[in-house]
Amino acid sequence: MFEDLFSFGADGIFDEFRRLESQMDQLSRGSSWPAEIRSMQRGTFPPLNIGATPERVDVYVFAAGVDPKSLDLSIQQNLLSVAGSRKLEFNESANYYRRERFDGDFRRVISLPDDLDPERVEAKYRDGVLQISIQRRESARPRQITVN
Amino acid sequence: MVATHDVTTRRSSAAEQKPDASSPESEQQSAARERDLAMLPVVDIFEDPHQITVQAEMPGVSKEGLNVHADRNNLVIEGRIGLDIPAGMSALYADLKTTQYRRSFVLSGELDAEHIAATLKDGLLTVRIPKRVEFRTRKIKVDVS
Repeated sequence: MFEDLFSFGADGIFDEFRRLESQMDQLSRGSSWPAEIRSMQRGTFPPLNIGATPERVDVYVFAAGVDPKSLDLSIQQNLLSVAGSRKLEFNESANYYRRERFDGDFRRVISLPDDLDPERVEAKYRDGVLQISIQRRESARPRQITVN
Repeated sequence: MVATHDVTTRRSSAAEQKPDASSPESEQQSAARERDLAMLPVVDIFEDPHQITVQAEMPGVSKEGLNVHADRNNLVIEGRIGLDIPAGMSALYADLKTTQYRRSFVLSGELDAEHIAATLKDGLLTVRIPKRVEFRTRKIKVDVS
């Protein structure tokens, strides 16, 4: 009932307030998982997600408009490091209203599960996302045991 | 892999904005929830004598997942992240907690919403909104006598 009263159009000021409210809520609650020692503050470029299956671990690095050739990827034991540079070309004669995009060098170091095989890594860059797939060691994979 | 997609913008008609009489209310509510959960893409916005340019970062969004629409008053950019995710994957860590991007801007009268052009390359959306010809800035020469 009250929602109807306040929802005048998709982007009314109240929608913005509600969005702000829900974001503040998320911030104050914090993340459900304990902070990783190398984790960085919110808004660090580039953001990344890590997913795991029994066979492999995939790291998704969200870096729009980066030249994949400029990326420096390295893996040592279970530490993956992603470094690169994104220099934005600013239009000197234009009048800027917002400059939120990251400009410069970046590096993120991620600790991954211990059972990964650094010899079997694949990386691809598509639609601004760098996806790094690292296979787990054969010996570490779950195996079905039949009971006689 | 690094192909440039030309994205045609489409004007949202009044019919689209009006809630469909046949659709149940829950659908509207879920659409509203989706809006609340969407991330704001980071943007650069700049103006030159001929146009205003919006550059929005939407990594993971392909041409198919992108929706840019404008009417006289608003520019709305929306996108859905489509990743290559293997079956049964669980998250170990996540900076991004949703797959939706959404941000909207109020346009002013001197902008020509009919001729907005958008391109998407490597997750970077560039939207150019031209000014109406009569509003383009002209250099005024000052003669000092």
